[in-house]
Amino acid sequence: MKEMAMNTVPHNWYLFLSTFLFCIGIMGVLFRRNAIIIMMCIELMLNSVNLLLVSFSAYSGNSDGQVFVFFIMVVAAAEVAVGLALLVSIYRNIASTDIDKLSKLKW
Amino acid sequence: MLTDSSLIAPGMLIPLFPLIGFLINGLFGKYLPKSITGWIASLAVLASFCCVFYMFTNLPSTGSLHIDLFNWIGFANFNISFGYLIDPLSITMMLVVTGIGFLIHVYSIGYMHDDEGVTRFFTYLNLFIFFMLLLVIGSNYLVMFIGWEGVGLCSYLLIGYWFKNDAFNDAAKKAFVMNRIGDLGFLLGMFFILFNFGSLDYAEVMKQASLLPVGSALLVTITLLLFVGATGKSAQIPLYTWLPDAMAGPTPVSALIHAATMVTAGIYMITRSGVLYAMAPFSMEIVAIVGVATCLMAAIIGLMQNDIKKVLAYSTVSQLGLMFAALGIGAFASGMFHLVTHAFFKALLFLGSGSVIHALHGEQDIRKMGGLSKYIKVTFITFLIGSIAISGIPPFAGFFSKDEILSKAFEHSKIIWAILSISSMMTAFYMFRLVYLTFFNDFRGTEVTKKHIHESPSTMTIPLIILAVLSIFGGFIGLPSVLGFAHKFQQYLSAVTAPAQHILDESHAAEVSHSTEWILIFTAVIAAIASILYARYKYISNKEQPAEDASLTGINKMVYNKFYVDEIYETCIVKPLKVLSDLFLVLIDKLVIDLVVNATAWVVGLSGRTLRLVQNGNTGFYVFAMVFGIIVLFVIRLFI
Repeated sequence: MKEMAMNTVPHNWYLFLSTFLFCIGIMGVLFRRNAIIIMMCIELMLNSVNLLLVSFSAYSGNSDGQVFVFFIMVVAAAEVAVGLALLVSIYRNIASTDIDKLSKLKW
Repeated sequence: MLTDSSLIAPGMLIPLFPLIGFLINGLFGKYLPKSITGWIASLAVLASFCCVFYMFTNLPSTGSLHIDLFNWIGFANFNISFGYLIDPLSITMMLVVTGIGFLIHVYSIGYMHDDEGVTRFFTYLNLFIFFMLLLVIGSNYLVMFIGWEGVGLCSYLLIGYWFKNDAFNDAAKKAFVMNRIGDLGFLLGMFFILFNFGSLDYAEVMKQASLLPVGSALLVTITLLLFVGATGKSAQIPLYTWLPDAMAGPTPVSALIHAATMVTAGIYMITRSGVLYAMAPFSMEIVAIVGVATCLMAAIIGLMQNDIKKVLAYSTVSQLGLMFAALGIGAFASGMFHLVTHAFFKALLFLGSGSVIHALHGEQDIRKMGGLSKYIKVTFITFLIGSIAISGIPPFAGFFSKDEILSKAFEHSKIIWAILSISSMMTAFYMFRLVYLTFFNDFRGTEVTKKHIHESPSTMTIPLIILAVLSIFGGFIGLPSVLGFAHKFQQYLSAVTAPAQHILDESHAAEVSHSTEWILIFTAVIAAIASILYARYKYISNKEQPAEDASLTGINKMVYNKFYVDEIYETCIVKPLKVLSDLFLVLIDKLVIDLVVNATAWVVGLSGRTLRLVQNGNTGFYVFAMVFGIIVLFVIRLFI
């Protein structure tokens, strides 16, 4: 009964969903100026890839992909911690999280 | 072949002690008090001497000890091992190097006591002994070459020891460059040996060489190239001009390196390669001719020199020429015998001159000396003994070795004998000219110097006395058969020189008869005594003094200026080289190389200036560039 319910959602849909989420992430990174939003968009891209991994894992009947996702989540959590720390220190320096104001990194 | 394992350990230790001494003084010398560094260096050499002496007493003269430390260079079926060969020949050389080396170390303690860099001096000296031992102990040409280059380096460092004096530095550079020219010949000779025999090991090379026909072009090439190396290191025509200049170094250095040991490396090398030379009669002739020519020319120049050390330097060149002449006529053992006795009396003479210079606070011009026998008795007596020995008066050391070479020369060629005899007369003359001008008559220097004349400390006089004793009795190791003795030295070396001698004997006449030899001895002795008496007549009875530089004319002026050889080299070789260098500087270096280098730098600079605009500091732009880049990569990967 459960397997039947799984089969009702075609595999294609997962691909479309994750591609859609990934594109939202890219657009967010490209067009938003707030550093926190950009970080969230990066997370979104990361998770869309996670979704893809899980769906392919279920599709091919191999659990490797699902195990892999856990590792990615752990690494992502660590990365977010670093990223947020960077953000805090940026905010302390320029009293803003607008990346357009972060233009001193040049020769 | 002897394989007594109890001899291996002392054999391996021989070159090690000076190396340890070098490391102690070189690394920790500045933490040690200056007074003990000299003793450390001396003890290191003494320890080596003890090892060599142990080998000398325990290794029979027919035996040889081959120690392979490790396989140094090896690929396919080609191997060069880092090995030692200890046989009568190398033991003879090592006894000279460490024995006289030790005496000169002790002497240096007194001579250099108030010098600032005394630690550096002993460091170099120990390093020199190490390389010299490596040169004579190696079992193949490559190990010899390491030592060969190493002693050249130490010679350079010690000639230029007082590096604040530009003239001394130039002398050091001259010695080094001249040696390098010779070394190139040596190196090429080694390549020829390696290429044709596939090995550099003495035993293997000699074995293969003896299978070739006598006088083959290959052997002549190899031996001549090796001889070029020998002319550089042992100061023979045409590369001898560095040795007189090398007197810029401290006097113990002149005694050790430029009289007793390093300059004899060429003699050792040819004796070691005896079979190769015996197989190439043409090369032997060249060696003999060069030796005889050098012997005569240096003796002539020695007649007119006024610097006490320069006289001895030309005397050394002349005596080395005599040794080469001996090798060239096939008397290898006689050449080695003269090497040993020469090491005794020439080291003595140099140290004696050092003692004179020490007493006169650095004065080296014999025109400003005279009458010193009253003030410095020990130096005077030992110096006199050395002069008698070098002049060839029996029973002093020089007599036996020189007479042996002369009688061998007589049986080989009357012309060689005549020239060598004339050179020996000149030697006797200029040595006693030196003695009379330095120690007799009245003092010709300033009153201030006269007041300060003092005998040297006992660390300097004791080595002088020991060397004087050796100069008197050293010749007894080779009492000739004409006196009814067995020639001990020749017998001792016979195991090494026999193969070469065997090849030579096939083509040579019998020895001269004993009656002829007696006549030769009397001729030589009378000639030497006559020369000495003439010197006495000229400088004691007539109280002549060497003329001032400017008043010389004609042939005297030419001899005084050393036949203008340095000037000829300057015009013929150095100047054209400089012009060529200037040409290359302008054409190749400035036009081509600089252009390429500058163009490269300009291109890099330009691209840097352009590309730095990309880094505008705008984070949004970076992110955009990153995404754009990823998309481009995707497009390339998927569609192209």
